[in-house]
Order: sequence, then structure tokens, then C-alpha cells
Amino acid sequence: MRTPVNGCDWLTVRQGERADIDSVPRVEPDAFAEHVAAARGRGERLAQLFGRRMPDGGVVLHAFVADDREGTMKVCRSELRRSDGRPLQYPSVTGRWPAAQAFEREIAEQYGVHPIGHPWLKPLRYHATDDGSPAPWGAFDPNKPIPGDYPFYRVDGDEVHEVAVGPVHAGIIEPGHFRFQCHGEEVLHLEIALGYQHRGAEPLLLHRNATRSAIVAETLAGDASVGHALAYCTALESLAGAAVGVRAHAIRGIALELERLANHVGDLGALCNDVAFLPGASFLGRLRGEFLNLTLEICGNRFGRNLLRPGGVLFDIPPEMADGLHSRLDRLQPEVVRVLDMMFEQSSVLARFEGTGVLSQEQSEEIGLVGPVARASGCMRDVRHDFPHGVFQFSHLPVATETTGDVYARAAVRWLEVQRSMEFLLELLGNLPSGRTFAAPGPLCPNAVAFGLSETWRGEAMHVAFTDDAGKLAFVKAKDPSLHNWFGLALALRGVPISDFPLCNKSFNLSYAGHDL
Amino acid sequence: MTAVRAILFVPELALVLAMPPMLMSVIAKTKAWFGGRVGPPWLQPYYDLHKLIQKHAVYSKTTTWVFRAGPIVSLAALLTAATLIPVLSNESLMGFSGDVILLAYLLALGRMFTVLAAMDTGSSFEGMGASREVTFGAMSEPALFLAFVVMAVATKSLQLSEMIGPGLLLEWRIAGPAMILVAGALFVVLLTETCRVPVDDPATHLELTMIHEVMVLDHSGPEFAFITYGIALKFTLLGSILIHAAIPHSQEIGLFGSTLRIAELGVLAVLVGVVESATARLRLNRIPMFLAGATVLSAIAVVLVLMRRTG
Repeated sequence: MRTPVNGCDWLTVRQGERADIDSVPRVEPDAFAEHVAAARGRGERLAQLFGRRMPDGGVVLHAFVADDREGTMKVCRSELRRSDGRPLQYPSVTGRWPAAQAFEREIAEQYGVHPIGHPWLKPLRYHATDDGSPAPWGAFDPNKPIPGDYPFYRVDGDEVHEVAVGPVHAGIIEPGHFRFQCHGEEVLHLEIALGYQHRGAEPLLLHRNATRSAIVAETLAGDASVGHALAYCTALESLAGAAVGVRAHAIRGIALELERLANHVGDLGALCNDVAFLPGASFLGRLRGEFLNLTLEICGNRFGRNLLRPGGVLFDIPPEMADGLHSRLDRLQPEVVRVLDMMFEQSSVLARFEGTGVLSQEQSEEIGLVGPVARASGCMRDVRHDFPHGVFQFSHLPVATETTGDVYARAAVRWLEVQRSMEFLLELLGNLPSGRTFAAPGPLCPNAVAFGLSETWRGEAMHVAFTDDAGKLAFVKAKDPSLHNWFGLALALRGVPISDFPLCNKSFNLSYAGHDL
Repeated sequence: MTAVRAILFVPELALVLAMPPMLMSVIAKTKAWFGGRVGPPWLQPYYDLHKLIQKHAVYSKTTTWVFRAGPIVSLAALLTAATLIPVLSNESLMGFSGDVILLAYLLALGRMFTVLAAMDTGSSFEGMGASREVTFGAMSEPALFLAFVVMAVATKSLQLSEMIGPGLLLEWRIAGPAMILVAGALFVVLLTETCRVPVDDPATHLELTMIHEVMVLDHSGPEFAFITYGIALKFTLLGSILIHAAIPHSQEIGLFGSTLRIAELGVLAVLVGVVESATARLRLNRIPMFLAGATVLSAIAVVLVLMRRTG
């Protein structure tokens, strides 16, 4: 158990630790925004900001601020209580720290809380508040047409036109609605309206049977099954104080990196496809399948479903399978390197990537980007490096960064990560630690809070779990990296030709389901 | 044009009209080979046309007769153009002095109606595609016209079948460099006009990046078959102009020449497939430079042939 450090209004928690709920420092609602935004000045990063409904009808706000240099998470909370029938409200953080914008819109939408002074207060996912109270923008009406049906930043003028794309797309992708304010071919502003995938997944994570909840965690964003399962398992194991064996940790690391490889390789192929560079698209598309098949070998599912569970992993990698995986990976490595070399040496491909959709490091920091997108803009930020847990405590993966923040940088970061993940896997498969792979975690500690972080291939996934007096799971808050990064895509599109949108979009490749939960 | 000549032309014309989908198949197979895939069956473009012809067309309520006229007028313009262009032999079905101007405006007419039909839908996508099509069309026309000027000067004729006929054999001998430039410019025009990489990507599903495909999104059924066939026919016709200009056959070559022409069209389709496989598509705002480059090639060729004539 951690207790607050004297004289500090933040509770410091490390990954794998749990804290007593009552030990989280309280901040007055009026001082909350200033208190949280002060962390920005210290070079810290907003990792989570969410509300939790209390039995008395009030809402408790929790802020999780990551100190990447120290590898610690700082937590504080603020209790909003109803008084004389006024809606719940507090001064907004977003005005001081834009990284909070999506979080505060989520809080407003879930509980009808008014973040006073939020510059872009509009729905995030289109659903009713939990108690039916009106959201700041009015009550929820399920009969109203959804796409773009709220005031947003628009450009007017005779020469300006608006292009609407989605929610049904031409490709086999998830639904989302995009509104481009265009002047000729140039995009002046892009409004992204999501929410079509909202399934109400978070309450489902509270199932009494931890196995059932883990299945839900795996489906928050289907292409990051392992990443989300890892964050969820870490949070639950921390609550239980369970120690996971080194072998289980190693297998989790293998699955996580295989997931990263499959998605990075597949996305690089998709980038080739978007610029009509055929050989890259074909070869990388096939190689993605090879990596998925390695995961299939381990657990019988190409996306790594049912592999991770609180307490360890359900499938072991016997020595002969480890040898097989090692030799297949050994054979794949030069192939991947050859195809990616061909792609990155093709000047017509580079001409499309370079200078397209630039995000500066300053912008990245300000809106709190995570994952390869942030690293492409020069932000040193990688959960595997900053919050090492499990197998990453023992093998240090270097953080891959670029500086230009364009499509090229985002592709190049993924290329570097592909190379490093393959080396990491070859090394790990060569000498898997021995030990047990699964031990059921004990009962959860009552009245506690813990979090789990994992670097999915898109960036930081974070699950925060709370228990009640009886030691049952009472509240789980999940965050997909997409929640941070969608705003970055809108920003990157400013001044870019509209014909380059698909390319920019693919270089981010964010999850709709992970955002909408 | 005698009656006998017209009758002899029937099998040739039938072959010319049957060939275009096969050339699309050659491109598709070439691309598939580069991608390490098998590719669609050779006859797939014919199956597709057959399927589309049997379907009903769906019309949006916002469209007018312009939308329905678009594909028909475009195909009609191309079929008319087909009578002016020598494809398998050195002669065309019709021809008169100055028909090259008619040809250019037939192509423009077809484009105009495709664009009007796109604008008629009122969709922002199609409007975007129409604006791109018109912009790039206007930029590829000078390259085509200047190439015609070179061949008109070289053959002292304004009839297309003569301009790209055996008369060019001499020009290749005395002004080879100019003809090489013309062939290069015509190749760029071919890629642009038939919506191939690096200008357009016929395979993409991303509406925001499309040029031609996005204009015809609302067409369906037989009308979409007209469009699909039309683009293949356009490839055959412009491709024929290119190979006739690049490889003139002498008059005596006869039937063997026709076989050779089919093979040459096939090689051209392979070449286009290779270009599509080996390069990525240009960024949209770089395409004008690409087309300006083609115009410059043609212009230099004009200067070269004129200098030869005057100097």
C-alpha cells in the first residue's frame, strides 16, 4: 500500500503497485484544473482523466499524470457534489492543457458534468448520460441524425466547400464520420465525429468472473487484443498482489511484440497500397499473415485471443515450439528487411511520404500524443521503456524516434520498431526462462485502486481498476491510445491536400472501437 | 473509300472493338505478376461487362437526363473516334483532311459529358473528381496537340491515318530524336487520359484520392459497363496512336502487320503494367509538373522538326 507523500497533493504509484482509494489526495473542484495543469509545467503527461459516479449522485474525478522520466504515475481526485439542484460542474482543465479535451468531453457525456470553459465541448460518442440528466449540449435524442449534428469549427465562404466522408466507407474499415472544410484541394479543417462503435464495453469489464472480463478487454480494440489484455491483467494482478511467473511474462512479451510486428508490417503495406506502390503492398500483406500465424501457433488464435489471463498465460510455449518459432522468425527477418528496404529506397514512395501531414513536437506534447505517432514527432515516449513491467524489466528495447513528424517519420518509426521487435523476439525465443505459466491470482484487495499500462502497437493502453469494500471489482476505466491520437490526425490534416488524407489516416491507423469503447 | 474497302473493314473493326478488355487483362496480369499473385482470370473484364449489362441501373433522385446521357455520349464519342484512328492496319475506316481536330474534340466531348454527369449528382466527391479531371485534361491536351503538330509537319498531312502512317518512317530516319520525344509525350498522355499510375490509381478504393473513378461512383448497371468499356477502348485508341507513331509500318507489310500491331498493343499494356508496379502514384499537386513535362517534350520536338524544315 502506498500512502501520499507528505506535503504533496499527488499520490505516486508505480506500475504493479496498488493504492488505498482513501489515500488518493483530494483537491477542491475549483482548484482541480489548476492543480492538474501544473503537472504540464513539470513536463509530465496526462495519462487518464475520468469520472466515477458515487452512490450519493456525486461524481469523483480522477487524474492520472505520468512522469515518464521517473516511471511513476501520480494520482489525485476531486469530488463533485450536487448542491441546490445545479448541474455538477468544475473549471475545465482543457483550457490550460489541451491534452485533456477528449477526457473532459467523455466526463461531460457520461455524467452530465459541465467542465466550465472547455473550448470544444461537444459529444464524444453519442450516448445518454448514466442517469439521464442532460449533457452540457442538451439532452440525448436517439432519433436525431448523428453525423456532425452538433456545432463545430466551420469555415464559410463562396470558395469553401465541405466534403463529408463516412460513416460507411469504401474499404473494410470501421465506421467514423469525417467532415473536411476545403478550399479547393486544401483541407482547412477536419472534424472527426466518432461514436458509431460505442458498445458500453467498460461496464462489461466488471464481470464477476475475471475470465469473462478478460475476453471483453481483448475486444476493446480487436487488433490490439494482446496489448489491452496485458494492461487489464496487470491492473487486476496489482489489485490482487499476485506475482506472475517470469515465463508467463516472457510469453506475454512475445505475444505483444508479435502483435506489434503483424500490425506494423501490415500498415506499412497498406501505406504502399495507398500510394499505389504495388510490390510493397503485396509482399507486406503476405508477411503480416506470417506474423499472425506465429501467434496462431502459440494460442490457436491469430490475434492472440485467450492467451493472457490475470495470473499468467493459458498457453505455454514448449521447447520444440520455441525452436520452430525461432527458425520461422529467423527466416522471415531477412525477407522483411529486404521488402522494407525496397520500399524505403523507392523515391516515388518517399516523395509521397515526406512532408505529408506534419505534426511538430510542440503540438504532440501539447495534445498529449502517444505511441509511434508521438515518437515520430520526436517525443521520447514508450511504455516498455518508461514503465518497464514484466519481461521489459530485463530486456531493454531502445525507443525508436524520428524528428520530422510527417508520414515518412511515422512509417520510419514503425520500420525501426519492426527491426527491434524481431531482434527482441529472436533473443527471447532463444532462451525462454523456465517456471510456471499460470497461477490463479488471489482475492483482490478491498478499497484499492491499481492501473495497468502497456505499449500496444498504437501506443499506451491504460486500464485503471477500483475495488469495493468486499474486494470486488467496482469500476474499471479503459483507455485506448486512439483517444489521445485522433485529435492529432485532425491537426495533421490542416493545410494538407485532401487527396493525402487516406495516406495520413493510414499512417496513424487509429482504432474506432478503442475510442468508442 | 470504296464499298469493298468498307466490307473488308468489318472483321478488323470487330477485332478492334473486342480487344480493349483483353488489354486491361494484360495490365492486371502484369501487375499481379509483380505482386507475386496469380491475378484475375484472363477473361475477367469480359465477365464483368457481361454482369453489368444484365443489371439494372440505379438513379439518384437528384440527377437529370444529363447523368444518364453522360456514359452514352462518352462511349459514342469514343466509338466515333475509333473510326478515325488506324489500329490494326495503316488505314482508318473514315478519314479526311483535318480529322485530327475532330478526334481531339471527340475526346473532349466525351470528357465533358462524363464531367457533367458527375456534377449532376451534386455529390462533393464527384465534384472534386470532375475538377481534377478537367484540370489534368486541360494540361494533357497541349502535349497531345503539339505531338500532332510534329507529325503533321513531318507528313504534310492533317489526316490522322496519314499523319501516323508510313510517312513517319522517313521522319524517324531524319529526325529520330524528335520522334522519341513525341513518343514519350504520347506515353504520358496515354497514362493520363486512361487514368493509370502515376497520375491516377484505377485500383484504389479511396474516394478522396481518385480522379476518374470518383466521377463515375454513381453510375451502375449497363451505363457503368459503357464507362468501363469506354476507358478500355480509349486505352486501345490512344495506345494505337502511340505505337503507330513510334513504330510506323511500311505499306507493304499486309496482314502480318495486323498481327504485329496486336502484339505491340500487348507489349504496351505490359509496359503500362510495369510502370504501375514499379512506381508509386504522384502526389496530386505534382501531376501538373508531370504533364507540363510531357508538353515540353512535345514542344521541343516541334522546334526540332521545324528547324529541320526551315534550316
